[in-house]
Amino acid sequence: MQIREPWFSKVFKPAVFMLALTPVAWLAWGVWQDTLGANPVEYLTRSLGEWTLRFLLLTLLISTLRRATGWVQGMRLRRMLGLFAFFYGVLHLFSYLWLDQFFDWGEIWRDILKRPFITAGMLAFLLMVPLALTSFRAAMRKLGRNWQRLHRLVYPLTLLGVLHFWWLAESKQRLDMPLVYAIVLAILLGERVYQAVRGRWLGNSSSRVAARVGAPARPESA
Amino acid sequence: MLIKRPQDISENEVTAYSLYQGRRDFLKTLGGVALLGAGGLPLTVSARSGAATSEELTPYDDITSYNNFIELGAGKYAPAEEAGSLRPRPWSVTVDGECAKPGKFALDDLLKLNPVEERIYRLRCVEGWSMVIPWQGFPLGKMLKRFEPTSKAKFVRFETLYDPKQMPEQRSRAFDWPYVEGLRIDEAMHPLTLMATGLYGKDLPGQSGAPLRLVVPWKYGYKSAKSIVRISFVEKMPTSLWMATVPDEYGFYANVNPNVSHPRWSQKRERRIGEFFKRPTEMFNGYADQVASLYRGMDLKENY
Repeated sequence: MQIREPWFSKVFKPAVFMLALTPVAWLAWGVWQDTLGANPVEYLTRSLGEWTLRFLLLTLLISTLRRATGWVQGMRLRRMLGLFAFFYGVLHLFSYLWLDQFFDWGEIWRDILKRPFITAGMLAFLLMVPLALTSFRAAMRKLGRNWQRLHRLVYPLTLLGVLHFWWLAESKQRLDMPLVYAIVLAILLGERVYQAVRGRWLGNSSSRVAARVGAPARPESA
Repeated sequence: MLIKRPQDISENEVTAYSLYQGRRDFLKTLGGVALLGAGGLPLTVSARSGAATSEELTPYDDITSYNNFIELGAGKYAPAEEAGSLRPRPWSVTVDGECAKPGKFALDDLLKLNPVEERIYRLRCVEGWSMVIPWQGFPLGKMLKRFEPTSKAKFVRFETLYDPKQMPEQRSRAFDWPYVEGLRIDEAMHPLTLMATGLYGKDLPGQSGAPLRLVVPWKYGYKSAKSIVRISFVEKMPTSLWMATVPDEYGFYANVNPNVSHPRWSQKRERRIGEFFKRPTEMFNGYADQVASLYRGMDLKENY
């Protein structure tokens, strides 16, 4: 599947961009019109968190799709999707710091130390920061091979994000939703492990396999 | 010794006619159904301390759309959506265990014996939100005394309806049904402990625990078992569904306590539904004057 230029850069990519903004627009509308239910703050925080996870998984899906279907163009959406994950992550964190804790730093710190789901979420966010900061092309060039190594942090951080959701759920009873995210992540990570193992079996050097599995987004031509 | 009164309530505040009248007017406008419309019950706000807070009531729509009732569905909004399958009539309650007059009683007979009064209680959920709810119901203790509990009756065990046809989530094995809760006998006999049959002057909707539910205002909401079909006087402390399911998170007592945090939530503050800023959570949900003596000498951190 290939979308012809200029359709991809002029229509498809902007459309994905607008689509990625609809959740936040919808939430903002909901806050304004008071349609988020009896506890809008809880709804807001939760939705923003789930959208962060969804965008992280979408970001990981791109290169899996490329390997599975040969759709190379998708790679040109990956950075944008990753940055949307960061965008929703920032909003999610902010809603916790502000609407939940009202910037009571002592209480926030105690929360981080005491509650594993907060620890995991906070760690996941911190790991997103360097990735967002090095997402532009100059950083990519400057870091060279290290850029790729650095950006493999997306795996542990997404795992932490899913754990954050898992541990928030009513212990062992209400795991339906977290389970969906965990299964999707397991498939995406499993595919990478499978590629790596297969690559080794076929006699590729492990570094080449790793390079292929964690390949950075190609610099965009358009 | 200085005896502290609750800050938000005083005896004459509760009995003040104007307040009572004002509240009734408020209810009439808000509920659309005058209290008299609900079967012409002569409701009275009991003058007992703690029986009626003068705080602003949570709107009816919020109380009946944002619920935890795990038998009717996961999440806050599912119970209201699924409540249609719950049939509150005909209904009967089995009373058994350590008492002289056990039996199975039709709900309407129980209601004839127990005149309904109005209570306005704060409700604090373990998840960190709270509401102010005008309940109709009768004191549990008065009802229990009719069954003549024996000296062996140290605890009271409450059981919620088990019927997967009426309660869709009971088809799942996520929990070991039925929902069970329990109170120490002195907690059950406490004048604040209410068997609720309605709110805002209307019969309880399914999601609020129709037709008969417990309301224990100084404990986290999950202690207040809903849609009760069985009440047992027992000698040993009953194991509640939540104690059995997640023992490190839920204990038997579940008293509202800002100093004892839950593994997932600090209990220091709460968000009153409808408010933006959080407010500090009060010891025993603000009912310390009425109930603290029940727990004198107990380690409330151990007995969470």
